[in-house]
This record gives sequence, structure tokens and C-alpha cells, in this order.
Amino acid sequence: MATNGKLEIVGVSDVGRKRSHNEDSIGSDTEIGLAVLADGMGGYQAGEVASAIAVETVLSELRARIKQIDPGEVDDESGFSRESLLIKAAIEKANETIYQTAQDKPECHGMGTTIVTVAFYEDRLTVAHIGDSRLYRLREGNFEQVTSDHSLLQELIDKGFYTPEEARKSLNKNLVTRAMGIEPGVSPDIQEEFVKPGDLYLLCSDGLTDLVEDHEIAVILRSYAGNLEEAGRHLVQKANDYGGKDNISVILARTLKRFTAKKTWVSKVFDWF
Amino acid sequence: MPAKLILSLNNSVLGEYPLDKERIVLGRKAENDIQVDNLAVSGQHAAIITILSDSFLEDLESTNGTYVNGKLVKKHALKNGDVITIGKHELKYVNDEATEEDDFEKTMIIRPGMTGHAAAAAKAEEQTPSAPAGGGGPSAAAPAGDGQTPTGKIQVLSGPGAGKELELKKALITLGRPGVQVAVITRRPQGYFITHVEGKQPVVNGSSIGSQAHALKDHDVIELAGVKMEFFQG
Repeated sequence: MATNGKLEIVGVSDVGRKRSHNEDSIGSDTEIGLAVLADGMGGYQAGEVASAIAVETVLSELRARIKQIDPGEVDDESGFSRESLLIKAAIEKANETIYQTAQDKPECHGMGTTIVTVAFYEDRLTVAHIGDSRLYRLREGNFEQVTSDHSLLQELIDKGFYTPEEARKSLNKNLVTRAMGIEPGVSPDIQEEFVKPGDLYLLCSDGLTDLVEDHEIAVILRSYAGNLEEAGRHLVQKANDYGGKDNISVILARTLKRFTAKKTWVSKVFDWF
Repeated sequence: MPAKLILSLNNSVLGEYPLDKERIVLGRKAENDIQVDNLAVSGQHAAIITILSDSFLEDLESTNGTYVNGKLVKKHALKNGDVITIGKHELKYVNDEATEEDDFEKTMIIRPGMTGHAAAAAKAEEQTPSAPAGGGGPSAAAPAGDGQTPTGKIQVLSGPGAGKELELKKALITLGRPGVQVAVITRRPQGYFITHVEGKQPVVNGSSIGSQAHALKDHDVIELAGVKMEFFQG
């Protein structure tokens, strides 16, 4: 397939030091170029049910459907690629399943989950997310957050009550304003980004970012960029060193070379003048 | 116990007000939750938004301004002991609740827009069960129908293509000349961003954008591969 051998993906999920069980779920498929991470919450130990449904549904939906589309083709109506629309549909389907399960099973009542998922195709990626699980990118040494949280804190920063520096000290860290499984419908944020060979992407749950600051994450990624498993292990270790108060999950994905299926990069890039 | 405001004038206490509503408005007029009857105070002077155990102060474009600990503020996250001054009146913010970390350790879901307008918030409250009252699980999150970023466009300002316009309808648009200079414009939920891909870094409003994604603002002028163009927010 398009991304096989051109993409390296490694995931680590750790219970942390304070929780009795791990409510995060992760999954990936290098053949179709997909990574999914979900941070479950709520219900009587049902958070992991919600996050597992989210990850498994997105993986299986994409595996079933990605071969049926023309890679990288843009839908004129929405301006999004076919891949983006597939991911959106898969998240909506997962949301319905989680919502229905939460309604049907008393022990699952009130469960929900965040999600962040990335699909690589045609020298680009689609990232979709709901809640406060994030995507970061390390490109040519520069570390940058790609997604913007659906959290009370981010809302307060956007409205000017806090600077990002003040926000770090705030106590309202774990209030998300959007999640899967809470309502019959869901609205993921979807972005498409250009991908370069050598880019390193980090998907993570708030168990990492609540404890480890961005610049520390960047240092670890730069130091262990040659070995993704080592990098993942060190990120989790760092969060545990700082108390490990929540489950910690990371997925690292590196693009090894360009992965266009048919068109050359030059012709693709030549969109305009 | 909810946090409270203690209203005083010249060191004599005039009243105590618990912050037991999501939004409390203070001002000179009688319909305010906290009335401060003084000409230095605007009709609606400031609002205090309370979410769980945290409160936020917002000046409502008052004539004489709102001060916290002597500093003029528009928006401010209140801390225990802060003194708000409007005119000659002082309001001390008291929040005894030692916020234990454990209270917030579990992720909870709240509905979006809690910091928004009272009317919208009140409406949402009618439709959904009340917000989580402490350690409980998630109870309410609205589908944030916040819509797409409106479609922006760019217009070429210089060179043979001057006047040409491109609607930024796609989620990702590449611009430039391969081998010379290439950038991408991406449509994110927060707006349009330009990112360097190849060659020199693009210039926006006269300065190089560096290697990270750069948020585009209405009427920004982009220089790329020798062509100048203007961005319109849409």
C-alpha cells in the first residue's frame, strides 16, 4: 500500500502511578498509514470501553474503506480529501456506538472519550480530534502543537482570561468541552497538513502534557529521534517521574520517505502559479 | 462553600455576595446581581463568571474601568484575596476552598461556551442536565456546532497574474514554484495558517514567518516566489 515501508509508527500506553487501570486506548496500522489514540473517561470503569470502541471502530472502518477511494482526491463540496471524509464518518460511527452502549448498559452510563487520529497519504496527513488529546509535529528541529484542545482552559485562553503561561498553573486542567459518546452527534475538528520526509509526529493523551512541558517533550524527541521506541519510553518515564497522576499514552509516527501513489510531488505542488 | 465577594467602601463592609451563579453582573443599576449605587460605576460595570470553584472577572466596557489589586484589567482569573476596585468601592474575592488537586484529577466533560454569553449558557442549561457538581462523571456536553472557518481567498497583487483571485476552499492548498519556493495554506478550525515547505521561508507583512505554522489575518500580504498577494479572511 501507499505508506507501507515509508512510515514508522510506535505506540506506548501506560497506566501511570496513581490510577488503578488504564482508560486510554491506542492503535495503529502502518500499511494504511493510520494512528489512533483515545483517552476514556467516566462511568464505572467504563472509560476504557469508550476509548477501545473509538480506536477499534476508526481502525476497522478505515481498513475496510480506504482502498475504495482515490488517494488524495479532494471533494469539491467540502474542500476536504476523501480520506478526511472517511475519518469523519468513522468517528461519527464510533460516537454512535459509544453513545448507544452508554445508554443501554447501566455500568457504561456516562462514559465518554477523547480521540486524536492521523491518516497519512499522498504526502499529506489528515488529523481529526475531539477533546484534549493532541497532535504535535517535530520538523527540522522545530516542535509545534498542531491541534487546539477542546477544553475549558483553551476556551479561557482564547477569550483572554489567561495567557498560555498562566494557564499551565491553573487547576482547571481536565475539563473538556467536547467528547465522544456523550451526545448522539459529534463534531470533530479536521485539519489537513503537508507532510515532509523526516517529520516526526506525536499523538498523546493529557497524562503526558499535563505533567511534561512542551519544551521538555521536544528535548526528548530530539534526543531519541533515531529510536522511536526509546523516545516513547522516555516520554512516559518523564510523566511518571513527575507523579504519573493520569494514564499516559503516546504514539510516534515518522515519515521515512515521500509516499505519493501516482502523481509526482512536483505536479501536486503546482496548484497555483 | 461557594466563593464570595465582600463589598466595602472606605473600609466599612456593605455586604457579602456568594458566587453561586454561573454569571453575576455588578453595576449601578438595580437589575444587577450586585448593585453598587455610585456615579463612578457604570450601569453594567463588570461580570463574574464562575465555573466549578474558579471565578473570572470581565469588565463590561465600563466608563471608569475595573481594577484588580490596583491594575486595570479587561479580563482576569480571580485568585483568593484579590481586591477588585470599581470607582471608590472595593470587592474582595474570598475563595476558602483549598482546591485539592484530586478534585480535578479525573477528566470531566462540561458543555462548551460556559464562558460565553449568559443567555446562550442559560439556554443550554434548559436543554441539558446540570453541569457536574463535583467528583461525578461527565453529564453534559453539547455538540459544538461551531461551524467551519469561513472561506477565505487570496488575490495576487504583483506580476503578470495581478488581480487573479484564488478561493481557499480546499483544506490544504500548495502555493509557489517547485524548486524555488513553496508554501502551504491550511484551513484549520481556528482559521487559515501558512507553513513553509521548500526554498526560502515565505514573507508575511514584510517579515519571514519562520518554520512554524503562521496564522493568517485579514489583509496580510504574503510574498512567495517573487509574487505578492493579499489574504482575505472571508
